[in-house]
Amino acid sequence: MATINVSKKYTAREKAYIPAILIGMKITMKRFIQGFLFRKHDTIMYPEQRRKYSDRFRGAHFISVDSNKTENCTACFLCETICPAECIHIVADEREDEQNPYGVKKEKKPVSFDIDLLRCCFCGFCEEACPKDAIKMSGNYEMATSSREEAIVDLDQLKRPMNGRHELNEGKKK
Amino acid sequence: MDFETIFPFAQLAAKIAFVVGLALGVVPIMVWFERRGAAWMQGRVGPNRVGPFGLLQPLADVIKFFHKEDFTPRNANKFYYYLAPMMALIAPLCAMSVIPFGSHIVVEGKTVVLQIAEMDAGVLFILAFAGLEVYPIILAGWASRNKYSVLGALRGSSQIVSYEISMGLSLLSMLIVYGSVNPHDMVAWQSENWWGFLMNPFGALVFWISIFAETNRLPFDLPEGESELVAGYHLEYGAMKFALFFMAEYVAMIMASALISTLFFGGYGILPGMQMLIDMIVNHFGFSAVGAQNTLAAFQVLSLVSKVAFFMFMFVWVRWTLPRFRFDQLMDLGWKILFPLSLINLVVVTLAVYYFNS
Repeated sequence: MATINVSKKYTAREKAYIPAILIGMKITMKRFIQGFLFRKHDTIMYPEQRRKYSDRFRGAHFISVDSNKTENCTACFLCETICPAECIHIVADEREDEQNPYGVKKEKKPVSFDIDLLRCCFCGFCEEACPKDAIKMSGNYEMATSSREEAIVDLDQLKRPMNGRHELNEGKKK
Repeated sequence: MDFETIFPFAQLAAKIAFVVGLALGVVPIMVWFERRGAAWMQGRVGPNRVGPFGLLQPLADVIKFFHKEDFTPRNANKFYYYLAPMMALIAPLCAMSVIPFGSHIVVEGKTVVLQIAEMDAGVLFILAFAGLEVYPIILAGWASRNKYSVLGALRGSSQIVSYEISMGLSLLSMLIVYGSVNPHDMVAWQSENWWGFLMNPFGALVFWISIFAETNRLPFDLPEGESELVAGYHLEYGAMKFALFFMAEYVAMIMASALISTLFFGGYGILPGMQMLIDMIVNHFGFSAVGAQNTLAAFQVLSLVSKVAFFMFMFVWVRWTLPRFRFDQLMDLGWKILFPLSLINLVVVTLAVYYFNS
């Protein structure tokens, strides 16, 4: 086994500690003055300011609806099948014809469509698998809940018109 | 009760209230500054939501501490478990009683020395109480019946005991220079001659390094270590008991800063240039000798407070600059470098004092 010797001989200046300490203290003092007098900081004031995420960011899911507020989902189970985290649970049923006033054929419909956001790994496979562009992922990254039960979102919470991915906080408002 | 009987007690009570109030009142400001200062040094903002500039953040912390569960481990030795945080806070507060914060003021024709306990052996008293700071650490670690606590207490106590030696030796060299253990004499000597650290720069440096180890501050905060001993000796302490340890750390810092100011940086001796200001004020208001003395005392208190503030700032500054030492490196530094060097320094200072005095 090859070994790499990373030890080095320290010079007297390095061994004396004090010069190195002084250099370090000079740097922190510079940063202190920058922060204290000039209010320079690299962080943002989060809830008021937000960073712009990439357009490809995969946040909380939503299910797109058509102009009649009917979900585009036809309960084909492709997303549930491909989901590696097994966090999507669909119960399918037959759709009434009256619900299709525009003549769009949607024979099946999801009776319930639950996503366990705590299990979800946000891989985006469901979005890729969906033949109807029904399940989409939004840019919303604020999914904190106060209990595990609240993290399981149902169909009513998921449904929203598809106005593009980046309406933050639109996906899960109650 | 006439004025003559009540006056000694009243002035003592006022001085105690002043010192304790100042020490405990600085703690929340210091906690705030520690967090904001750290943030500024690291390019962050720090707590700024509660109150103006986040100044009420320590108050919010205290309210949180009060609402926490007051937890006691089942197998803990209750008496020592409760005693430890109290001692941790009381020891540095007691030590502060002999630190003079001004020469004297004159009230109603009576002289009030600005020092709580006027004793000749002042510095020895401080050393005794600085040594007492080991006990809360050992008691806390042992009484809470937790392996991590015991390990943290072991580390903390051995560190404090080790650095107390070099601290004591550098202090001893200053006692030889001043020829007195009375803090008032030391300050007087420094006002007449030079500030102590100019006479004995090496002693001042060793003392200053030892203070960091004594107060368990970074880079010597070995008693705590998240990865190896969780929170160290105060692991089993929650709620206000932890808050007491937390406050004790800051009070010990204030005490240490006051001590190093008194020993090496002129104590309450007024800062250069202040004499002009005092003369100006006295002439402007036409004060009598009494008024002039009281003005001088006020400026002396201000000088000591600003010196202490400088050292408190140094504590924060160093904390956020240096990485912590490994424990064996800490012991090496204490025993193999600082201890011999302070011994040599003591001998050199002794010879120098003998040479210049004869």
